[in-house]
Formats: sequence, C-alpha cells, structure tokens
Amino acid sequence: MAINIRNSEAPIREFRLGAISGYNGTVTDLVEKSSGCSLKNRERCFSQSTSCSAGCAQGYLSGIIDAAIINHAPVGCAADAIYSNVTNKWGNSIRDWKHKNIHFASTNLNEQDTVFGATGKLRQTIEEIYQRYHPKVIFVTTSCVSGIIGEDIQSTLDELADDIPVPLVPVFCEGFKSKVWASGFDAAFHAILTGVVKPPEKKTNFVNMINFRGSARKEIIEMFAQFGVEPLFVAPFSTVEQLSRVSESAATVSICGTLGSYLGNGLEQEYGVPYVKSLQPHGVAGIKSWLRGLGQAIGKETEVEAYIAKEEERIAPALEKLRAKLRGTKAVVGMGPSYGHNYIRVLNELGIEVIWGATWHYDQQYDHGALPESVKHVAQTQKDLPISVCDQQNFEIINLLNRLRPDIYISRHSGSAMWANKLGIPSIPIIDEYTAFGFNGLISFGQRIHDTLTNRSFAKNLAKRTRLPYTDWWMKQNHFALLEEAAE
Amino acid sequence: MSTSTYIDQPRVVCALGALESVLAIDRAVPVLHAGPGCSSKLSSAIGGLNGCQGSGYIGSHLIPCTNLGEKEVVFGGNERLADVIENSLKVIDGDLYIVLSGCTPEIVGDDVAEVVKRFADAEKPVIFAETAGFKGNNLKGHELVVNAIIEQYLKPAETKNSKQVNIWATVPFYDPFWVGNFKEIELLVRELGLEPNIVFGPKRGLTALNKVPAAAFNLLLSPWVGLENVKLLEEKFGTPYLHIPVLPIGPTATSAFLRTLSQYAGIDSQLTEEVINRHEDEYYYFIERAADELLETRLLPRRFVTLTNSAYALGIAKYLINDMGLLPETQFIIDGTPEEHQENIRQEFQKIIDGYEVPVVFTEDGGWAQQEIRKIPFVGKPLIFGSAWERTFTEELDGYHLSVSAPVSDRMVLDRAYFGYRGALRLLEDIYTVILSDFQ
Repeated sequence: MAINIRNSEAPIREFRLGAISGYNGTVTDLVEKSSGCSLKNRERCFSQSTSCSAGCAQGYLSGIIDAAIINHAPVGCAADAIYSNVTNKWGNSIRDWKHKNIHFASTNLNEQDTVFGATGKLRQTIEEIYQRYHPKVIFVTTSCVSGIIGEDIQSTLDELADDIPVPLVPVFCEGFKSKVWASGFDAAFHAILTGVVKPPEKKTNFVNMINFRGSARKEIIEMFAQFGVEPLFVAPFSTVEQLSRVSESAATVSICGTLGSYLGNGLEQEYGVPYVKSLQPHGVAGIKSWLRGLGQAIGKETEVEAYIAKEEERIAPALEKLRAKLRGTKAVVGMGPSYGHNYIRVLNELGIEVIWGATWHYDQQYDHGALPESVKHVAQTQKDLPISVCDQQNFEIINLLNRLRPDIYISRHSGSAMWANKLGIPSIPIIDEYTAFGFNGLISFGQRIHDTLTNRSFAKNLAKRTRLPYTDWWMKQNHFALLEEAAE
Repeated sequence: MSTSTYIDQPRVVCALGALESVLAIDRAVPVLHAGPGCSSKLSSAIGGLNGCQGSGYIGSHLIPCTNLGEKEVVFGGNERLADVIENSLKVIDGDLYIVLSGCTPEIVGDDVAEVVKRFADAEKPVIFAETAGFKGNNLKGHELVVNAIIEQYLKPAETKNSKQVNIWATVPFYDPFWVGNFKEIELLVRELGLEPNIVFGPKRGLTALNKVPAAAFNLLLSPWVGLENVKLLEEKFGTPYLHIPVLPIGPTATSAFLRTLSQYAGIDSQLTEEVINRHEDEYYYFIERAADELLETRLLPRRFVTLTNSAYALGIAKYLINDMGLLPETQFIIDGTPEEHQENIRQEFQKIIDGYEVPVVFTEDGGWAQQEIRKIPFVGKPLIFGSAWERTFTEELDGYHLSVSAPVSDRMVLDRAYFGYRGALRLLEDIYTVILSDFQ
C-alpha cells in the first residue's frame, strides 16, 4: 500500500503492514506465512495494559525543538508530557544544551464537552498557546474521546489558518484505533510529511538519520564525515526549519526499522530520497549492511568498504575476548520487532545463544512492500528459533521466563526488564537506542552483559524478598493458554 | 486570574489516575476497562516519574486492562470486560479487585455495574468505580475510588473501638511523600494513646480496610481531598470526622494539630503537652545547631512562591512563615481545587500573619502561572516550590527550586516525609541542600 500524503490520516499498521500482536511459533513459520500477508492475528481473553498510538506520536513530536503539542482530550491523555519533558532534558543534557521545557498542553475535555463537543476550547487553546510560546508548528493530537465523539479537528484548524501564521497540523492517533502502538509513529511522520516537509529546492549532502534521542550523534557525525555527508537527526532535537528540508537530503537511514519505515519510504516515494532498507546498524553485521546500503545510495561504496575493513579489524581482538567470556550464555529477548530481530543477531555475534524471541508486535512487511531484512536474517541463521508475538503481555513473558530460565533477559520498553529480576534472572533494558550501535556499541554492550552476569546480587535478593503477582495456577499453565485461535 | 480551561504542562492527570490509589492498598488489584495507553501514561506521570514510584506489586504494565479497541467502540465492551475480570481472578493473586472504567466505555454506554454484578459470588470481592478521565482530575478520581470501596465493600462494624482513629491524608502516589507522611502521622497519633488505622501503604491492606467502620472517628489531614470520603463514612457508619484543613509541617502547625486532635479525642492535655515538648525539643536541638548557617550567611532567601497542590502550598507556606520567618509572594494552587473549597483555603492562608495578605491563585494552567511569576519583582534569589516543570523555569529566574508536588521527576523519594516535626527537618535539609550546592 503506497503512502498517500493527500490523505489527512495514515492508515494503521494492521491495514498497511499486516501487523499482528498475537502469535506463537518459529521464525521460519513466521517468515513463510508473512509472504502474501497470510498470517492471522490471535487475540487474548486476558490482557494487561499496553501502550497507545497517541503516546508514541506525542512523545516523538514533542522532541522537535520549536514545536508545540496540543492534545484534544481529557487531561490524562497528556500525562505523557511529563515523560516527554524528562527525556527531552536528557537529550538537552547530552548535547550540553541549556535545558528547556517542551511545549505541551491539553484542552482538558470534561463531561459536558463529550456531549456538546469542544472545538471552541481547541480554538482557544491553540490561540493562547501560540501567543504564549510562538512555536514554529502546532501539532494537534487526537484522543479516544475526540475520535469517538467525532470532533471535526481539520475544519477547526482550517478556520484558524488565517489567524495563526504557522502550520497547524492534525495528528490522528486515537488509542482505540490500533492495537499496535507503533502506528503512532506513523501518525507523527504523516504529520511531519504533510505539515512540515517542503518540496525540495536543491540537493544537500545531509543524510536523514531517523532516531529517538541521538546519544551517538558525535560518533555518527564523525563516521558520516568520512563519506562526505552529514547526518540530519530526525525528528527530536531538530528544528522545524531543518525538518522542512529533509526532502533535499541525499538519503535516509534509520536506527529502527519499525520507526523509519513510514518517513523513509514516504520521502523516497514523494521526493526520490533513497531510503536504506538494510538491517539496522546494531552489531557488526548490522552496521555493515546499513553502511553498504548508505554507500550505495550516495555513491560512496569504496569509502564504506575501507571504513568497514578498518573498524572490523580494530575491534576484532576485543570481540574475541568477549565471545570467550560469554560463550554458553543463554538469553531471551523481548522487544519491539525491529529491535528484537536485530538484537537476536547482535547477541549471536557475542557468542550468546538466544533461546526465545518475543516481539511486541510483528509487521509482515514494511512500507516498501517487502519483509523486514532483520527477520529474514534471523530465519536464515537460526531457522528453528521459537518466536512469539505479544503486546508486552507480562503474564506470558514471566510464565515463559520461569519455564525457560535463561541466564539473562534482554528487553526494550519500560516495565519489562525489572520483572525478570523478580524471578532471579538478571536483565538488561535497552533504553538507549544506540546501546549496541555498530562496532563500538557491540563491544560496550557485550561488556555490559558480562558485568550484569558477573554480579547477580540485585536479582537474587529481589527474587528472595518479593512475590510475583501471579497465581500458582497461572505459573503452571502453558504461557499461551489464554491466547485464542485466530479468527477465520 | 487565569481564564483558561486548558492545561499547559500537566501537573495533575485524569480521574483514572486513581488506579494508583488502588495500588496503594496492599494486594488490591485495579482492573481497567479503558484504552491501551491509559495505565502506561498515568502510571509514569504520577508514579515512575514522580519520585521513582515504579510498578511495585502489580502496577503500570501489569495492571489488567481491556485495552479497548475499535471492536469494543463499535460493538460495546461488556463481554470483553467480563472476560478480563474472570481471567484476572484466575491469573492475578490479589485480595480485592477494583474495576475502573475510563472514557471510552462511558461514552459508548457499557454497563460496568451489570458486568461487575456477575462476579458477586466470586471467591474474591470485585467492585467498581466509574473514573472516566473527563469526569475530573486524579484527586477527584481518588475520592471516587475510596467512595466506591465504602459503598460496595465495607460492612458496618459490630462494635466500635473507642481508641481507633482512621487516618486519611495526602493522596497516594500523586504525593510522592505519602508513605513517609502516613508513617510519621501514625507515630505521633500513637504517642497520644490512640490506635491509628491507615489503609494505604505497605502491609496494611484488607486488614486495615476491614477495620475502617469500627473507628471512633476519622481524621482527615488535607485541605479538601478526602472530604467526600469522610462525609460518606459518617453517613454510612455514623463515624464522625475531624478535618484538619492543612498538612501540618513544622512545630507551630504540628503542635496546633496535636492540641486540636487531643481535645477532640478527649485526651489528657498533660500527656499532649509532654508529647509536644519532646518533639519541639528535638526539633529545636537541630535548629539551634543550624541557626548560624540559617542566619549569618547571605544565603537565606526572604521570599518564596509555591506552585503546588493545595496540601503543600498551605503546609509549606505555614511552616516557612510561622517558624522560619520568611514572607510569601503569590501562592499558586494547581490541583483543580473545586470552587466550593477555594474560599476556605484562602482563609487558611490569611490566618498566618495578622494584617498580611497572602495572594492565592487557583489555576490548573501551570504555563500561565509561570508567566505570572516572571512578573514578580524579586529582590535576591527567590525560592520556588513546585514540580519538575519549575526546574528549568527557575534556572531562567536565577532562583532556588525544590520539587515537592507532582511531577517530581527530578528526585527519588522512598520513605521521606514532610509532615510534622521531623518532616520539617527533612524539608529544611532539602531546601539548604539546594542552596548550598547551588554555588559549590
């Protein structure tokens, strides 16, 4: 399904990418069924709190330096402003920038508004927040309430367009619409593509680097300099002006396949900016595939090969030592699909055996219509690997970990890693998106795993003194006992 | 006055945020009939990023939830809820299950009461509260949840215990100092010979909850949150209540509170004075020792501003004015205090210094309040009590800042209390740590 920037809304991942959130099988089965998108989702008759599209969309857009977010919702839907502000300060801090608060307001819908509508409130909020902060763009995010009561956001924004001299961009990210919270990233990128990005006037030597907080930006700036290009970090910590020019860049790369698909493919489709559809740059195989993709896109294949050869040789002794220390270690992975599949490969590079891979959803294809390279790679190298898909359902993960008893649990997204510790299983949460980035990241990640395995006291003690909230009955069930059969 | 209806920089969340009040009852399990992202957002805002109060036993992503999607919006979510309650009882090891409904089921017209009724004969009690986000903020939600427990769970006591007093104070999790505060209040009340009973906090759970109707009286230490609950307890179980409309911090307020309490409970005043003396002596040992630093340096700011919930606005202002000799600038109260309580809170502020008017502003629009604070012509560095939203802002004003009111994302709070005599010492330590580390 092509990306349509003439629509106001991006279709959700279930429709666009055949995304699912319930599956149990092997990676080979998963990949085989994905061709032609024949994989059916399986629902659960019990579930725990997940995340929503609005959280992803707002978290992402609020990091743009001179943007403001206005959430048309009851105040609780803007509670993630607090998280966004904290991570924004982290980003400021690692850049040695002066701290500043993000601009994030809620229209604070009340009971009466759910009956009579509240576009008047939305209008007042936009007018006053514009006067208060003079942002360069205002993103208006929707909510379950605004969606269900049928608020006409687009018309309200159209009516205000003459009075407010900056783009007013709707972001359709109602939580109820998609089971896959990553649909919120697409909603955010759709808003950037339709409301911020301008058609190119010239070509630049920037490479769009789609990421989150950008902790490795110094390394990337130095790396890209060797290929004669400069990274433009998308979208947090860039200005609206910078983002408006991403259509002029030489190429687009992404730290995460889940994150990058919509914007990367959208820019390629609309403005001919090539999107690198390789493995993601985690570990050696990842960075090699990624840089080769970039080299091809910008015509710097020779420089890339020289760089790869030099770096591979540089880290070889350290990697060999780490492998010797980590060999025989068994791990379980629980992450979003792109990180999950990429990190299974990274752990293998470190000599660690991955005995189970759980991902929080699964895209049967990306926006360019092909299966993600990262899952293809896992299927080629470890064809019988058990794979499950659950939207971070902790009751399944804990049941599984208790049965498998790996040496370590590696996860991403908050609210997962800690629970393995309560079983006495040490864990590492991948909070920073650059944890295992390229050659250096692989070594430091390996060292971190070794450190974690060397002193297990925290997990051991926590397990001894705490009780898991699951009944004995549940812990004795098969971990997929509450996963229903796929509907025909 | 701010006329905005919107909230810039949220410092409260919605009524469903009361899921944290359920988590504050040991082994009680919230079961959400709500959207997929509700718990994640709310738990992080007034939990994890509010003094590092993470998941605990069954918080955040572990909370059972129907994760309402398109299907339930179109066809209704009653059966989905029934499935999730039924399996919550099987999968989650808890003592009391409280179903909390969010915005979606209330708009699409799900019958939560009917679904919950189907579980009347379940092995464990299942009750519900309608906490749609559009009904108000999390403080209102807290009252709704406690009222639901009173209405649907508590049974009248066979006999009353003339010494037992139930204690209700700051809102769990939303106030990161709640655990510490309750512990300190408990210790003091016990010293007066009363038997404190507290529902919220570690290892209290249903044992404490079941005892609530047997109390001689309820004690509420809060400007307004919780009044609906003690009133309902009076109506249902005939239990009278004593309302202390401030959170006592420091010797003046705490001693006044102890005298009021002991008079109300008919306690021997000699005992009360002994308790007061002992604590004031201990408090002043430290103050005497710190007096040089407090007085003889150029550090002490003379003026302060609070941009906090009503409990800390009043509590901190009274302490700094009555005990430390500071003067207040405008005090901003951002907890959505209902109009009917605003005048009482205003009056409380005016009782502090004769003839000195303390300007008080109620607004939920924190961004607006910051704009107003910028207009104040401060002499020297101002001391600003607020949330993490004020940290950057205070840097711009070249002031001192301490986060005391949600979101307190810049501090770890375990069992620290600001209530009482020792709480005031903690507050002073925190203020002076900010001041002393500012230039060193």
